[in-house]
Amino acid sequence: MDGLKTTLGLTAFGILFGTILGICLAIGRSYGKRPLPYFFIIYEKVLRGIPLLVLLFLLYFGLPQIGIHLDPFSAAVLGLGLRSAAYQAQIYRGSINSIPEGQITAAYSLGMSRLKAIRHVILPQILRLSIPGWSNEFTILLKDTSLAFSIGVIELMRQGRYIQVLAPDLILVVFLLIALIYFILVFSINKIMRFVEKKYQMAGYQAEVHR
Amino acid sequence: MTMLEVKDVYKSYGDVPILKGVSFTMEKDQTKVIIGPSGTGKSTLLRCINQLSPPDKGQVWLNGKEITDPKSNINKMREKIGFVFQDFNLFNHLTALRNVSIGLEKVKKMEKEAAHKRAMQELSRVGLEPQAGQYPAQLSGGQKQRVGIARALAMDPDLILFDEPTSALDPELIGDVLDVMKSLCGKVAMLVVTHEMGFARNVADEIIFMEGGIIVEQGSPKEMFTNAKMARTREFLGRIGALYGDDEGG
Amino acid sequence: MAVDFGQFFINSLPDLLSGLGYTLLLTFVSITAGFLLGIALALGRVYGNKIVNGFCVGYIELIRGTPLLVQLFIIYFGLPSVGINFTPIQAALLGLSINSGAYQAEYLRGSIQSVESGQMSAARSLGMNKLQSIQHVILPQALRICIPAWSNEFIYLLQYSSIAYIIQVAELTAEGKFIASQTFRYLEVFAMIAVIYLILTIVSTEIIDRVAKHFSIPGIGAAKRVSLRDI
Repeated sequence: MDGLKTTLGLTAFGILFGTILGICLAIGRSYGKRPLPYFFIIYEKVLRGIPLLVLLFLLYFGLPQIGIHLDPFSAAVLGLGLRSAAYQAQIYRGSINSIPEGQITAAYSLGMSRLKAIRHVILPQILRLSIPGWSNEFTILLKDTSLAFSIGVIELMRQGRYIQVLAPDLILVVFLLIALIYFILVFSINKIMRFVEKKYQMAGYQAEVHR
Repeated sequence: MTMLEVKDVYKSYGDVPILKGVSFTMEKDQTKVIIGPSGTGKSTLLRCINQLSPPDKGQVWLNGKEITDPKSNINKMREKIGFVFQDFNLFNHLTALRNVSIGLEKVKKMEKEAAHKRAMQELSRVGLEPQAGQYPAQLSGGQKQRVGIARALAMDPDLILFDEPTSALDPELIGDVLDVMKSLCGKVAMLVVTHEMGFARNVADEIIFMEGGIIVEQGSPKEMFTNAKMARTREFLGRIGALYGDDEGG
Repeated sequence: MAVDFGQFFINSLPDLLSGLGYTLLLTFVSITAGFLLGIALALGRVYGNKIVNGFCVGYIELIRGTPLLVQLFIIYFGLPSVGINFTPIQAALLGLSINSGAYQAEYLRGSIQSVESGQMSAARSLGMNKLQSIQHVILPQALRICIPAWSNEFIYLLQYSSIAYIIQVAELTAEGKFIASQTFRYLEVFAMIAVIYLILTIVSTEIIDRVAKHFSIPGIGAAKRVSLRDI
């Protein structure tokens, strides 16, 4: 079940990349000095307007033309991460909008610089508010890793295909099994995230945006 | 034949008993007002009558037919009973006119033209003809409630149930709604749950005082306000009377 | 170089347009079929008895818990082993519709439940039966409330129709891959395709917004529209 490991690896790296980038995008867009927000807006729009598959092809097949060669795994992580960042940015922006303006005013009046205020006051709240949206994005990413198969990454799907070649009669069973594996993963993650959400909940708060 | 007969109605929500054996009757075109402290089952009683919350025990008879019989066609029965809600519950996606006409179109199967004509009549009756084309979101609370009353009236019911019709309104809008209700006296039977003592005193044929899920006392306004038999009744009316004063309420 | 690219683009146009046709076909059919399926599931969830509800929940959770690609594979590669064969386009339409149905069911359910219960009480009090109440009072409001989610679903299907490439449907992405593998100009081709999808997305969003405005009623609708045009 090496494919499973790869799938998990793709998911982990992808979500990590996406999360960090996403937070930067969201904060940059809401609090950045112009013209920074405009770049971020364009980034989001573009990356949410292209299919993941096309993005993966662009990165894996297209980049070599200008001299950048990526192995399938890296290309996949890059594609998944870039895209996820765009969607996550939206989630974080929703959370940012849910935070009353008074928070940052209070932070300033305590003498915090802009950066400090963001780091100590806004960020912790955003992260908590975003947990539902984020866990949703997490499972979406997990499922999207199946597309990495198309650029040659040997994750679950490709393993399934190999087995298909070797044992054509069992094909239905194999894919159902793969589906089951994904389902168990998604289900477990949902359960874990719900637990995390409850644990870190701030009473009376809810983010206003879901994908 | 008595128009409405409520017999020994019991209702609990989960383990909590709300109504503990309520019985009374109403005649055609009578106006009865139910008063009492909040949470004593007054609204629940209304909902038991039109079966929005069927009673656990007991029966309700309308014009000789038993509504509570599981075999009876509840939708047909509901055509004869109008309901005016505390929160108006106007259909948000329909204009005032269509709010009133939709029952006629879909339940009474009237032709669209005829239904609209009748709806306009009812809207005029409550003084809202100019607002016919507006949506609930564009109406004030008092206007919404009057549309609600028009909607109930359009169905030609034998009885209209009013569930605290003015409780959600700003004080200055209450008067308009009460005026409409007063104009209906004697034309259709009304069973009204309200805190408006002025209305109860001046308009009702009979007042029912409920507390703790049972009817404590009932009688004509004169009897109840000046000569109530039960001490609790006197106490309640005395306090509320002092609070609301002697005027028309609103 | 620009002229060369322009020429290249024009040469590729016929193939790309054919691919585009399939993409749009996949999107429109799936969103419609998914919508009908979604409503059935949502109504089953909200108004159905325990058995109906359980069945709907099971279906929705299963479909949403597994990747679209896996579902397509099961339909296209898996089913033949028990004798059911589909052409690529049939399998793609079936798979996308089934998938979309589950997702649409969720936000449709949310919309239906966000219509206040008082609306149902009022409708029943007038003498409408359950079906009439749902048809004339609940759904007209729920459908307007869910427009933002619906347009997101449309965009989603527009993009994920590209997965049909993997089961050999000749839609836009597949055509792109074909042209690219012939000419080796991967970067230009996929950039072109990306732009086409982007334009499709933006145009669709705009059209849906206009249509939504036309059907909007004061007082009904989500407070904040999450849109690609959010500034």
